[in-house]
Amino acid sequence: MDLLFKIFIDPFLQMGGAPDLLVQTLWEGLVSGVLYALIALGFVLIFKASGVFNFAQGIMVVFAGLTLVGLHEKGVPAWLAVLLTLGVMLALAVAVERVVLRPLVNQPDIILFMATFGLTYVLIGIGEFIFGGEPKQMITEELGLPRGAIDVAMLGGRVTFQKIDIAAAVIASIMIAALAVFFQYTRIGRALRAVADSHKAALSVGISLNQIWAIVWFAAGIVALITGIMWGARSDVSFALQTIALKALPVLILGGFTSIPGAIVGGLIIGIGEKLAEFYWGPLVGGGIENWIAYVIALGFLMVRPQGLFGDKIIERI
Amino acid sequence: MNAMNQSEFRQDIAPGETLLAVDNVTLRFGGVKAITDVSFDIRKGEVRAIIGPNGAGKTSMLNVINGFYHPQEGRITYRGQTRSKMRPHVAASQGIARTFQNVALFKGMTTLDNIMVGRTLKMRTPFFWHLFRHGPAMREEIEHRKFVEEIIDFLEIEHIRKVPVGKLPYGLQKRVELGRALAMQPELLLLDEPMAGMNLEEKEDMCRFILDTKDQYGTTIALIEHDMGVVMDLSDRVVVLEYGQKIADGTPDEVKKNQKVIDAYLGVAH
Amino acid sequence: MFYREAGQYKKTYSADMAVFPILQDRIGIGLILATAAIIIPIFGSNFFISTVMIPFLVFSLAAMGLNIVTGYTGLISLGTGAFMGVGAFACYKLTTYFPNVNIIIWILASGVFSAAIGALFGLPSLRIKGFYLAVATLAAQFFLEWCFVRVPWLFNYNASGAIEVPQRTLFGVAITGANATPTTRYLVLLGIVVLMTWVASNILHGRIGRTFMAVRDMDIAAELMGIRLLPAKLTAFAMSSFYCGVAGACMMFLWYGGGEASDAFNINQSFNILFMVIIGGLGSLIGCFFGAALLNIVPIILKFGLPAMGLPLAGATAEHINHLFVGSLIIFFLIVEPHGLARLWQITKQKLRTWPFPY
Repeated sequence: MDLLFKIFIDPFLQMGGAPDLLVQTLWEGLVSGVLYALIALGFVLIFKASGVFNFAQGIMVVFAGLTLVGLHEKGVPAWLAVLLTLGVMLALAVAVERVVLRPLVNQPDIILFMATFGLTYVLIGIGEFIFGGEPKQMITEELGLPRGAIDVAMLGGRVTFQKIDIAAAVIASIMIAALAVFFQYTRIGRALRAVADSHKAALSVGISLNQIWAIVWFAAGIVALITGIMWGARSDVSFALQTIALKALPVLILGGFTSIPGAIVGGLIIGIGEKLAEFYWGPLVGGGIENWIAYVIALGFLMVRPQGLFGDKIIERI
Repeated sequence: MNAMNQSEFRQDIAPGETLLAVDNVTLRFGGVKAITDVSFDIRKGEVRAIIGPNGAGKTSMLNVINGFYHPQEGRITYRGQTRSKMRPHVAASQGIARTFQNVALFKGMTTLDNIMVGRTLKMRTPFFWHLFRHGPAMREEIEHRKFVEEIIDFLEIEHIRKVPVGKLPYGLQKRVELGRALAMQPELLLLDEPMAGMNLEEKEDMCRFILDTKDQYGTTIALIEHDMGVVMDLSDRVVVLEYGQKIADGTPDEVKKNQKVIDAYLGVAH
Repeated sequence: MFYREAGQYKKTYSADMAVFPILQDRIGIGLILATAAIIIPIFGSNFFISTVMIPFLVFSLAAMGLNIVTGYTGLISLGTGAFMGVGAFACYKLTTYFPNVNIIIWILASGVFSAAIGALFGLPSLRIKGFYLAVATLAAQFFLEWCFVRVPWLFNYNASGAIEVPQRTLFGVAITGANATPTTRYLVLLGIVVLMTWVASNILHGRIGRTFMAVRDMDIAAELMGIRLLPAKLTAFAMSSFYCGVAGACMMFLWYGGGEASDAFNINQSFNILFMVIIGGLGSLIGCFFGAALLNIVPIILKFGLPAMGLPLAGATAEHINHLFVGSLIIFFLIVEPHGLARLWQITKQKLRTWPFPY
């Protein structure tokens, strides 16, 4: 009885008792949710256009951040470092298309999925080899990103908003809007959507798959760079981020693999859900549940709705 | 064909009696009606053809019969037992086997293994014996291997016994698929376009196998096929679907003369 | 010229269904077993046995486990590390409560516990497939990893939070703990691996193996053939986790001799094993050994071999190169030969049959 009370009633009493803490937790959740959504967005871009489930998206985030910081450490000015990093991501996109995707055309999805495991390790290897394996500080100031925090008095307490978090949320929203416009209104965007629907049909009307894939991977690379900057500014840039980046997977499950709005909503649900769970229910079992609660939420959700939040019902044919 | 004759069929339904009856079945996917209020029956020992233009709901009908789709309305009576919902593996254990429109073989496995899978339901040795692959497990394996070899013999595919089926040409794959279905010793065999994409010679072979199956094992056959020559020659009775509705039912000759069928296939002048 | 089956007629179905139908294969297997059981223990140095052979055997066993579920049944699992951990902890608890029962029995029995846990986490596989399932198994990985750290009962409330492997004996000879020689541990491990490989081969060559492969190749057709998907998939998960669990127990008790679970059974271990399976060959038992051998030997060469040849390499750099190498190797194999080293081996055998003539 006591246990039931602790699980089902007490956390809500705590929420009601200290609304400022609740707001703080929600905000933290929202911000990490935005970052999860950004990684998931990279996945969705690539999955939509090439049907590849890109396991390496998380490591691309680290890789982009690391390249940026590493270049700056070697004396390159910040703005040039950003440009050079974009160049590296473009080169990566072209290389992936040439070396990995093109030879694997028409292979089962699962083979491509596993190839991105290989890509993950290659990127880890290159990144570590060139820039070393130690965690690095993100060059927040040089990039003109705000630092410090705003304290707001509300609900009988104080809630702290990190400026970088606000910036992250704003930048993420701008980028998502930009992507939506790009997809909806440009020629390349239309081609991308065509490829997403059917590779063969797109080929038959003269769309170059190779070009489209390179573009999508580059777009995912840009998303990765921005995510890397934001995330790096909140903690630091290191390969430990890779495990956190895996959280984008449950986000995708919630949102569905092909839906951009799904990625965003899923990211927010996971981000807020795990922060709330950690803060209010975590202490019951000794804490640290943040590492797996996202997966359990996603799993529970899958059992009820295997096609995700925004996916269509799956009709099996034979 | 010794083992075949001692088959384990329950002969409680006499030839000519109704084996399977479909009553007023309606199947919807969301707002789309794949099948609307269709009724027909299949009698024991006959070859029953289901024909119709593309998208008429023929394959959906087979999927309903072997429990892969669950119709929203209507009933299915099989061997006197009525049901509305059934899992595919239950249908299989009650003696309904099928082949598929797009060959659905186990591509990574050899012809032999594919057909052996058809025997799965008849194998009962407990897990324990499989740890050693000796004793009962091995005896059972050999006993079923003999049976499968007879099917391989029957279908004349000895030479590809140990070839992974993914590497076989289409015609042979279709034959292996028939073999896999036959290995289940079905009472009712559903064939979904068994001759699609075949040349004349292969078609003739396949016709022969179908007729032999019926004669030797007394299997009841329901068949979807687009080649009208084949349908008219093979089948005892034909049911015609169009846009998910039944438009004709009868012997090949009756169906051939039916005005609606002629319209469906040749179009109507408006 | 020498590898040829001409004149070897199979007169019974059982001869035709044998795992090694060709005489030369049987001789080859005999030679390999003799080398492993007699020559290596006598002539192998302690360094060779404990750095090369013991890890190789443990990884082979784990790869076999993963291959059963991923290679044979087509269900991707990213929870291998955690299932290995369950085995290690189960063995630890069992030998703590019943110290008088032989440790080898507990190593094998610990597989039962990981099988149960594996089947539990395999339950979602009925409704979800492919990538979705991969994520579901990540839930198992992270949840179990958390348990290994947060549930002190598992490590007997040690201050270190690590498994402390006690000394256990067989016929008076120490086989675990600090006093067990590498050779003894190696021989025990070899026995376990040979036994379990034989059993796996038996199961996979029979009805159950066919059921797994049918589910992998075309699950809908399998269901229409009367195979019930849930029991089939759960059996695969349970059997796979059994093997992983035993591998984990062997890892802790016969290789590491104790240590922290968070290091040994983390997500990277899961990936490591998955790579062995991909490179070795999905759906092939012999591939498990190839993959484990290759991925086990490369880091050792980078770490010990290159410095010995006068190419000094910092430990960290060696690890980076290893990452790079493994990653490239995976992409290479997926492109060139998706069936891995096992298929290359098959092709070689095929060529050998006709050698020295091309046809």
